Amino acid sequence: MGGWFVQPHFMSPRLRRQLWIAALLAPALLLLVGFVTLPILSAFVYAFYQWQGLARIGFAGFENFRLILFQEPFSTLTWNAFFHNVVVFVALMVVQNGTAFFLAWMLSKGLRLHRFHQVSLFLPVILSTVIIGFLWKLFLNPLFGLVNQGLIAVGLASWAQPWLGQPSTALASLILVNAWHWVGFPTLVYLAGIQRIPREILEAAEIDGASEWRRITRIVWPLVAPATTIVVILTFIGSFNWFELPYIMSGLEGPPFHTTDVLGLYFYRTAFGTVSSALQDFGRGSALAVLIFLFILAVSAWWVRLLRRREVEF
Amino acid sequence: MLKPWQAAMYQAILAMTTLLMLYPVLVMVLSAFKTTGEIYNSPFALPEVWSLANLGTIWRETRFLAYLGNSVLVTVTSIAVMLTAGTLAAYALARYAFRGNEAVYLFFLAGLMVPLKLAIIPLFIELKSLNLIDSRLGLVLVYAAMGLPSTVFIMTGFLKTIPAELEEAARIDGASEARILGRIMIPLSRPALVIAGIHNAVPIWNDFFFPLVLIQSDHAKTLPQGLTVFMGEYSTDWGVLFAGLTLSALPLTLVYIALSRQFIAGLTSGAVKG
Repeated sequence: MGGWFVQPHFMSPRLRRQLWIAALLAPALLLLVGFVTLPILSAFVYAFYQWQGLARIGFAGFENFRLILFQEPFSTLTWNAFFHNVVVFVALMVVQNGTAFFLAWMLSKGLRLHRFHQVSLFLPVILSTVIIGFLWKLFLNPLFGLVNQGLIAVGLASWAQPWLGQPSTALASLILVNAWHWVGFPTLVYLAGIQRIPREILEAAEIDGASEWRRITRIVWPLVAPATTIVVILTFIGSFNWFELPYIMSGLEGPPFHTTDVLGLYFYRTAFGTVSSALQDFGRGSALAVLIFLFILAVSAWWVRLLRRREVEF
Repeated sequence: MLKPWQAAMYQAILAMTTLLMLYPVLVMVLSAFKTTGEIYNSPFALPEVWSLANLGTIWRETRFLAYLGNSVLVTVTSIAVMLTAGTLAAYALARYAFRGNEAVYLFFLAGLMVPLKLAIIPLFIELKSLNLIDSRLGLVLVYAAMGLPSTVFIMTGFLKTIPAELEEAARIDGASEARILGRIMIPLSRPALVIAGIHNAVPIWNDFFFPLVLIQSDHAKTLPQGLTVFMGEYSTDWGVLFAGLTLSALPLTLVYIALSRQFIAGLTSGAVKG
C-alpha cells in the first residue's frame, strides 16, 4: 500500500491529510453517485418527458403521471396492481411475520436441536427466488405436482386444484410460497430481539405467576418492538418491490386475468414491453417508478416515526 | 421454566416446521435422480435407480457451466470492488475528523433502503451510453455500487471500535497513514469484511432482475438467468428440470452448511442489533 503515496515537500501536512482523505473516499463516492444516486435522480427527470424508444422527444409536464393514475386503460392496471401489493404486504405481515414471531419464541427456549431448526428454517432464505419459484411452480402443477398428489394421497382429492391457474388461489399461492421462502429471516430478527430481553424481566413475570401466553403478549411482544419496526419496514419495501417470484411463477402479465399483477410486473411491462408486444414507454415507466419510490419513502418514514414510539429502553 | 408438555409441544411444532422447510428441498434433490415418469407416478418415493442421466443432460446439453462461471466471476469481482472501495471510505469516515464527515456518512446511509430496481430505466440508458449493456462489467459496477451503503455502514461501525492507541503507537513509530491502514486496520477488520461480504454476495449471486434487463447474450448470462433458459427448453422433462434446480442450488447450499453462522449473521446484519 505504501509506495504510491509520495510525500513531496511542498505540500503542507494539512493539505497532504486532506488529499489522503479525499483519495480514500473517492472510489466509493464515484461508484455510488454514478450507479445509484444519478440514476435515481434521473428517473425523476425522465418522468417529465415524452419518449420514443431510447430517445426523449419532448417535455411532457405531468402528462405521464396523469396517464398512469387517471387515464384508461392504464389507471385500472395501476390501481389493480397497487391493490395486490397492499394485499401481499398485509398477508405477509400476518402469515409470514406472525409465524416468525412465534417460531422465534419457541426457538429462544433453547430446546434440543434448536440450532438445527434454526439453520433449516433459514436454508430457503439463501436460495435464489428463481430456484424457489420454479421449484414451487412444479410442486403446484395441477396434474403432477407434489401438492395435489399429496392431497390425493391423503384422501383429500376434492381439494386438489389448479393453484396458479385460477383467480381465486393464484395470488394466495404466491404469497404462501414467498412466506415459505423468507420466513427464516424475520424469525431470526425476532429471535435476536427476544434474546436481548433481560432474563430477570421474564423470570420475575414467571415468579409472579404470569402464564406463558400472558408473558408473550404483555412482555415479549412490547419489548421486541425494535425488531417489529425492522420487520415491518423490510416487508413493506419487499412487498412493493415484488417482482421475481410472480415473474417466474405466473408471468409478466400477472395471469390469470391480472389477478397476480403487481406494480413490479406492471412497471417492467411498461418500461420494457413484453414478448408479445414490444411496446415500451420510458416516460410512463419512469413516472411509475417515481410514484412507487415516493410512496415507499413516505410510508417508510412515517411508519419508522410511528413504530419508534412503541420502542422502550431497557 | 417450560412445563414438560409445553416443551414437547414446542419441539413438535419446531420439528414440523423444519420438515416443511427441508422436505421440498429433499424432494427436489431426489427427483433429480428419477426419470420423468417416476416423478409423475410416484412423487414421494425414493428413486428406483439412482440415475445420473438428468445430471448428464444438464452437463452435456446446456450451458450450465458457463452460467455458473459467469455467476462466480460477477459475484467475486463485484464483492472485491465493493469491499475495497467501501473499506477505504469507511476508514476515512471512522478514523478521521474532517468537515463534512457526518454528511458523507449520511449520504452513504441514504442508499441503504433505496430500491435500485426502480432506477432501472436510467441505469439502462446510462450503461447503454457507456457501452456496458450486455456486459458482465456493467453488472459488476451496478452490484458494487448497490452494496456500498451496507458495506460502509458495517465497516465504519467496526472500524470505530478499534482502539486509537494501536494507531497512535504505529504513528509514533513512524508508520505512514497508508501503512497503518494496510498493516493494522485491514487485518483487524477481517470479521467485519466477512459479514459485509456475505451480506452482499448472497443477493448478488441470487439476483435475477438486473441480468434480465442488462444482459441479453447467452454467453454472458448468470446462473439464475440461465436457469430460466433451460427451464423453458426442457419444460416437459421434469427429471432434467429438478436436476437443473438441484445443481443451481448446490453451490450456495454447500457453503451455507459449512458457514451457517456467518451466513445468518451476515444476511441479518443491519436488521439485528449487534
